[in-house]
Amino acid sequence: MTSYLVSLLGGALVGLSSVILLILNGRIAGVSGIVGRAVQGINTWTNAAFVVGLLLGPVVYFAAFRHWPTVTVTASLPLVMLAGLLVGFGSRMGSGCTSGHGVMGLARLSPRSIVAVLTFLASSIAAVALLRGAVL
Amino acid sequence: MKHGKLQPVAALAAGMLFGFGLALSGMLDPVRVQGFLDVFGVWDPSLAFVLGGAVAVAMGGMACIRRMSRPLLADRFHLPMNSRIDAPLVIGSAIFGLGWGLGGFCPGPAIASLSLGLAPTLTFVAFMLAGIIAHDRVFVGRAS
Repeated sequence: MTSYLVSLLGGALVGLSSVILLILNGRIAGVSGIVGRAVQGINTWTNAAFVVGLLLGPVVYFAAFRHWPTVTVTASLPLVMLAGLLVGFGSRMGSGCTSGHGVMGLARLSPRSIVAVLTFLASSIAAVALLRGAVL
Repeated sequence: MKHGKLQPVAALAAGMLFGFGLALSGMLDPVRVQGFLDVFGVWDPSLAFVLGGAVAVAMGGMACIRRMSRPLLADRFHLPMNSRIDAPLVIGSAIFGLGWGLGGFCPGPAIASLSLGLAPTLTFVAFMLAGIIAHDRVFVGRAS
């Protein structure tokens, strides 16, 4: 139960961060877009600053709680590589990921984002089912 | 552009809050993400609360933003104008979801978790960047 509340609070902070970025800079907090533009050298300083902030987030967490957040990777190395490629390519092709489409897109009730979220939820659920051997 | 020089500072602060929120919510842990996506197995619904909390706050924020004529540090709001539901949107999202499920990482948590210095997350981000660059090279000139 408490883990649900902590998740809710963490999510609320992510939402607050997205609102701050839009109110101040007029930009959607879509991580794949921000990283893509940083790589392309578009608005480099601002986009790189967001990425640096993202890296500092867990450091602030460590400073506050004196332990690092849990990160458990069970996927094999080839699977990690494939997953990374798919996430990078797919999020750019689909113009967004869990943040741009999932948070800001849904909050703006964008039809494109609603379709994107339903699509990536369906395919990610299928991927996990495939991994677990529940399907096929 | 008034106060434009402060944009990186604003982005740094927003990014830090974003990363902290992800760390607090449990989104950094691929096992928990996959537990949330494992609806046919032992389903862990907790991450639905992350999205719920984020969208609720962002919706509240959007209500304020709609009453603003422009952002505080920029000339205008850069909101997506494209409203077409096309093949790249659906195919790209499907590909992204496949990778998200297989690895348990989406771009935000993948980058934030680099701070922990774990080899698999470094590998994931390196290949994610390769995927981003591969896409942007293939579709040069496409508005991003």
